[in-house]
Amino acid sequence: MERADSDTAARRWSARFCARGVGVSRGGVRIVNDISLDLDPGDVVILTGPNGSGKTTLLRALAGLLRPDEGAISVNGAENGLKSVIYCGPQNAAKTALTVDENLRFWAALYGAPGGRVAEARAAFNLDPYADRFAGALSTGLFRRLGLSRLIIAQKPVWLVDEPTASLDAASSALFLSHVAAHRRQGGATIIATHDALDIASARRLRLSEEAAA
Amino acid sequence: MRAVQAIIARDLRLAFRAGGGAPQAVAFFAVIGVLFALAVGPDLSLISKIAAPVIWTGALLATQISLDQIYRADREDGSLDVIIATSDELMVTAAAKAVAHWLSTGLPLIIATPVLAILLNLDRDAYVPLLLSLLIGTPGLSLIGSFAAALAVALPRASLLISIIVSPLYIPILIFGAGAAAAGAAGDPQYGANLSLLGAATLFAAAFAPIASAAALRSNQD
Repeated sequence: MERADSDTAARRWSARFCARGVGVSRGGVRIVNDISLDLDPGDVVILTGPNGSGKTTLLRALAGLLRPDEGAISVNGAENGLKSVIYCGPQNAAKTALTVDENLRFWAALYGAPGGRVAEARAAFNLDPYADRFAGALSTGLFRRLGLSRLIIAQKPVWLVDEPTASLDAASSALFLSHVAAHRRQGGATIIATHDALDIASARRLRLSEEAAA
Repeated sequence: MRAVQAIIARDLRLAFRAGGGAPQAVAFFAVIGVLFALAVGPDLSLISKIAAPVIWTGALLATQISLDQIYRADREDGSLDVIIATSDELMVTAAAKAVAHWLSTGLPLIIATPVLAILLNLDRDAYVPLLLSLLIGTPGLSLIGSFAAALAVALPRASLLISIIVSPLYIPILIFGAGAAAAGAAGDPQYGANLSLLGAATLFAAAFAPIASAAALRSNQD
């Protein structure tokens, strides 16, 4: 995915994401045990593992949406650096009764993004023809692309993405991977949980085992 | 501030679009009034006597049916995660959600009240006290209700549970609200005292509900 112009792209961040001995429970059951991760700027970690192995739970904990039972998570050394993290979950956080642009504008307001970012995010996932369409009238794949465009709106140094390509066609998957590549060039860190074989250069793999959940 | 405005604007837009629930709450309010009128029958003096309490009770019930939506839809589609993750102060966000609920439910109920009041043969002198008491009291209903909605956000089909939680908490607002409407209509000197106590109940809710909602939302994340 790396392109020739990669060295000329400006580095915006130097995102160092660090998790130490993270353990998380859901409903009184220990799902994730003793996970440690270190990401330097530009690193990608691909999280794999069978259903129920705790990929989503781990990502939500890393995003600060779940309190871990133990362990520490920090971004650039700051424990409260979680504002520099964006989590894109399996749901797309978009409202079906709002149009594509209304959803994008709402996110832009929440993330404090300039208004011009809306058009940028829309174009990034080829959603321009659907700008005024209600999100409820989008296909599953288009709706997923709308959900992923939040990554472009928010412009956070650390991306935590859950099953990004599950409902995407090959071209859209490649589009997503190109955005990941651009994010790396800018010095961002990325963690992707997936069942798909994503072709990402020099990505590390972390396989969660079933036994932690059992 | 931009995020708070965006949340209020989005919730209002959603409330008035298909399936949003704001028009249904007003319709439900009207249905309660009509059912009472039919049940009481043609006794005009009796119906005008109970008009203000019926309208107050109707406003309270109509508020309850829309509480479940305040946080549930956002949780189900994942946008609650985004809202929580981007909030600098979750209690300010919770207050914004309550404001949006009042603007989409409480305010339309107040606007519909004069029409319902004609149907219920409300005395001419009773309009202003009734509307004033609703204006002061219904924000408290939305605030307390949003707290109950935050408390029950993780539970499926919680709307009945939410009604059971809020009903006792609504009692002071109902008593002082209906009391102020009655006292105002009768020229009773208790009018001012009732309005003040009603205002105090709403202010108390404004102080406590956003903090409690934020705590409830946080603990329901786990």
